[in-house]
Amino acid sequence: MTLRWEVLSLTERKKTPGGKIFLRLLKYILHFWPLALLGVTFSVCSNLLALRGPEYLGKAVDAIAAEGGVQMDAVWYNFFRMLWCYGASAILAYLLTLVMVNLSQRVTRRMRGELFRALTGLPVSYFDSHPTGDIVSRFSYDIDTVNSTLSTDLVQVLSSTVTVVGSLVMMCSIAPPLLLVFAVTLPISILFTKKKTTTIQPLFRKRSSKLGELNGFAEEMLSGAKTIGAYHREEDVSAKFDQKNKEAADAYYEAEYLGVLIGPSVNFINNLSLSLIMIFGGVLFLLSQNGTVAEGSLWFISIGGISQFVMYSRKFAGPINEFANILSEFQSAFTAAERIFRIIDEPAEPADKETAKKLDNATGDVSLSHVSFGYLPGKTVLHNLSFAAKPGQTVAIVGPTGAGKTTIINLLMRFYDPDGGEITVDGKEIRDLTRDSLRKAYTMVLQDTWLFHGTVLENITYGKDGATREEAENAAKAARIHGFISRLPEGYDTLLSDDGVNVSKGQKQLITIARAMLADSRMLILDEATSNVDSRTEQKIQEAMNKLTEGRTCFIIAHRLSTIQHADLILVVKEGNVIEQGTHEELLAQKGFYASLYNSQFS
Amino acid sequence: MKFIFRYLKPYYTAMLIGLGIKSFGTLIELALPYILKHILDVVVPTDGRVSMILLWGGGMVLCALLALLCNIKANRMASKVARDSAYAIRKDLFSRSLTLSGKQIDHFTIPSLETRITTDTYNIQQFVGRIQRLGVRAPLLLLGGLIVSLVMDFYLSLVMLAIMPIIFLVVYFVSRYGARLYTNVQKAVDGMIRVVREDSRGIRVIKALSRVEKERTRYDAVNDELVKAEKKASLTMGFVNPVMSLLMNLGITFVVLLGAHRVMGGETEPGTIVAFTQYFTMISNATLSVTRIFMMSTKSMASAERVRQVVDAPEDPVLYPEREYPSVQEGGHVVFDNVSFSYENNKNALQNVSFSLPKGGTLGVIGATGSGKTTLTSLLMRVYDVEAGAVRIGGRDVRTIPSGELKSKFGVAMQNDFLYGDTIYENIRFGRDLSAEQIETAARMACAHEFISAMEEGYRSVLAPKGANLSGGQKQRLLIARALAGSPEILILDDSFSALDYKTDAALRANLKTCAAESTSILVAQRVSSVMHADLILVLEEGEIIGRGTHEELLATCPIYKEIHDSQMGGAFLD
Repeated sequence: MTLRWEVLSLTERKKTPGGKIFLRLLKYILHFWPLALLGVTFSVCSNLLALRGPEYLGKAVDAIAAEGGVQMDAVWYNFFRMLWCYGASAILAYLLTLVMVNLSQRVTRRMRGELFRALTGLPVSYFDSHPTGDIVSRFSYDIDTVNSTLSTDLVQVLSSTVTVVGSLVMMCSIAPPLLLVFAVTLPISILFTKKKTTTIQPLFRKRSSKLGELNGFAEEMLSGAKTIGAYHREEDVSAKFDQKNKEAADAYYEAEYLGVLIGPSVNFINNLSLSLIMIFGGVLFLLSQNGTVAEGSLWFISIGGISQFVMYSRKFAGPINEFANILSEFQSAFTAAERIFRIIDEPAEPADKETAKKLDNATGDVSLSHVSFGYLPGKTVLHNLSFAAKPGQTVAIVGPTGAGKTTIINLLMRFYDPDGGEITVDGKEIRDLTRDSLRKAYTMVLQDTWLFHGTVLENITYGKDGATREEAENAAKAARIHGFISRLPEGYDTLLSDDGVNVSKGQKQLITIARAMLADSRMLILDEATSNVDSRTEQKIQEAMNKLTEGRTCFIIAHRLSTIQHADLILVVKEGNVIEQGTHEELLAQKGFYASLYNSQFS
Repeated sequence: MKFIFRYLKPYYTAMLIGLGIKSFGTLIELALPYILKHILDVVVPTDGRVSMILLWGGGMVLCALLALLCNIKANRMASKVARDSAYAIRKDLFSRSLTLSGKQIDHFTIPSLETRITTDTYNIQQFVGRIQRLGVRAPLLLLGGLIVSLVMDFYLSLVMLAIMPIIFLVVYFVSRYGARLYTNVQKAVDGMIRVVREDSRGIRVIKALSRVEKERTRYDAVNDELVKAEKKASLTMGFVNPVMSLLMNLGITFVVLLGAHRVMGGETEPGTIVAFTQYFTMISNATLSVTRIFMMSTKSMASAERVRQVVDAPEDPVLYPEREYPSVQEGGHVVFDNVSFSYENNKNALQNVSFSLPKGGTLGVIGATGSGKTTLTSLLMRVYDVEAGAVRIGGRDVRTIPSGELKSKFGVAMQNDFLYGDTIYENIRFGRDLSAEQIETAARMACAHEFISAMEEGYRSVLAPKGANLSGGQKQRLLIARALAGSPEILILDDSFSALDYKTDAALRANLKTCAAESTSILVAQRVSSVMHADLILVLEEGEIIGRGTHEELLATCPIYKEIHDSQMGGAFLD
């Protein structure tokens, strides 16, 4: 086990620069460039239209406040202009959503597809060295993060830019001197944003990690609730929980203490701008009213102008306040994208040699000569292993855990390639054969049963295309699982799932044995295939197992002596070496390791 | 809701003060547009003094500052309340979870208890914090804004009054419908994840059977389904923002039109219209907030209810007085008197089980998976209560023994038992008051000392969660050491030998004979060799005793026992 994590830490630590990731993400988007172009167009148009609104509003207010009474014509004119602008802007905004949702969904669909394709192309070693939870989180959390950035943040950046620039231009055209207000508020905004990223965000990260710790502790302890109860340790564990609870609560408050500044501060900045605009604008308005400033002068402002200016200033400030948030969203999206790309870039199982042949009608003549292998460079697990299995023979591999039994299976199936020596099937070096045809020549039943979410029937027929229901039932009967399946609510059509029907480990194993019975390969691998079946049932399926092994070359890893003593060849593996080999009788006569183990059960 | 209030009770004063400050701050903010109108309509046209504008403008800045201070203070008070109440809820929830009876744990299930402690309490904390921050401000802004605008100009306010409910309804219904769609998305995500998880685990089988292409097709199908669901949900939710801003802008547009007519009639001032546009933005945002609070509260209420179910779960098991289940004078130390039991809506797990075990005696229980072996030990420890009959220890019915006293009698090692990410030492000690010596002796007896000492840091080595860095046999030996360390009155080893090789198995059994001679022992196993030396062996099948006696007696009288024995001749070979 420790080996695995070392491999993990070696491969995980490289970092790719953010720019490259961005370009790569951009490529995904540009792949659907017509949609992307449409999105940009809609976004710009919609925002420009929305920007025109306040302009007409200001004109309308001026028309109302006009000297000599309300100019109703102008009011109506601007009223319709506003209706038109806002209506069109809303429609465009929705169209934009439509386009962007389509775009981001296409991108994520493609990304997920590529990710899965890459994943299933990876060598088995990848799965041995990466926890499933980690792989799963790339498909769920990481892709989600990238997706939301693509669908919302990107649009926001685009429309924010248009809005900020547009508002600035409009405000400039109304009353350039009033822009001085932002000389006061903008630095406050920037300072505030900076503080937020440097001080507040780390606190929120700490808060999450403390909460994570607390959750982890609670989960671990709850899984042992019954044992904790049996030993009456509830108070002790609760006290430990309490400490973590307190830490989490304090981290929460620490973050909130500064975090709650955000909302009121943003409001304050808005209110401050409003107040300042009213002060300066009010003075300018006064001067314009009493004629000190002439109409057309840079300093002139009307009441409609003030009203417009206020609306634009709000539009201008909004995105600037949001800037820090969006920046951090982008950062996390890049990290997520990097984790996704890392799987896509992982070297796949090396392709078959160009000259590789298909293994057809294998007879099952397998031989290993001088094979050595290690999962990590410098840590050899198998040393100089040689043995041969003639067609139809049974080879049993025994030895303590960690001795390298499963490693031999990994090499036979070419899940890994040996570092030295060679393995042949029917006299052909297996590296000269296509992987598919080699693997198809084997049938495998493993200790870790693998069933997928599907009906019992689908699970049994998984290995054989076009297997009939009858064949499946016969296999199930032979594996002594037919009776159990028939008693399930929907028999062979019952959905198997993690939480649904109650299928014990032993029953799962019998289903995988039934699956193996359907396959018609010449070679068979049984890796602790009946370890979860109780001994009486095992004896009952023995006949079926005999039938399964009959005429096939078999490799059996087992811990029960009854299953191995009739093998044609028994390999005793210890610390990566075959220390003894021969038949049961021969090994007993040798009076070595095997004999001592065998005899210990009678002492 | 009541449940949350229970935990908020100690903070009522603090909350009230906080709310007061918040209300004050909000009202001040409401004054801003009013001052604005005053400047435009009164100061400029009639007064005409720059100093007055500066004065009123300075007032606005002051108001903004005051609002800032009040809001921060109130928000901080709110966070404190959220912190303290969530802390208390979590504390109660966790300790209650640990004291639930076996039956209750089965009812809630462990994963569900986990989410209640993590996600649900978090939801409540968020809610308590936010409702104090937004729950006052938004409604107050909404109400205050409406009142002020009504006073300012009744007719113009009608536009607002007409549009508010529409905004509320649109946002509310779209979001609710959207929430339903997101449930579908979640389902589709689960489906997609399931394929990834299954295939990551089963990659050997998939590659062995050359099924990679088939799996890719299967994945494409779930991927497409997810895309479809996500698209639908996003497009629905994408409706909210454009509609919101359209309605808001329409409102402002109509205010201008109506306002023009009123100014013409001399019923209002142009400055009022400008102020109105400000109120409009304020009120629309408040409406949006109120809608969000609405949505958030339904979610939090569900969470609160889930937490309440656990915290308020009835006391179980109940301690009965002795007159209900009187003590019996008897020779046996552990006695099952005609016991029957069944799990919820299931066939009988145990039927009419009786036996009597003297002090220091050893009972072996053997049978296939599902025959009721573990149920038997659970009843003895009162994880569940018997349905009929009685379980007695030293003559006392277990239902009359206080839980703490009862539990202190046992040392237990169960199949796949609980190991956690702490040192080996702590895993054996398990929070009990035991000396280092006792722990090492126990480890020696359990044949664990050797492999522990071989580790780099010996007893101080830290285990991976669930003891994942140990082999099956090592885990079992640690668990046995834990059970032995307390020198318990009753020792229960449930399937604790299955992963041990024969040599260790034999050595351990010999050790048990010497070190646990005082303890009454119950050994549960599938392997004949593990129980064959017991004073009394019970053979269970489908909850019934079908054979009892010593090893020799059973070989002669119980055909099933003989069958199990014969099937294991030659037995397990190695680890």
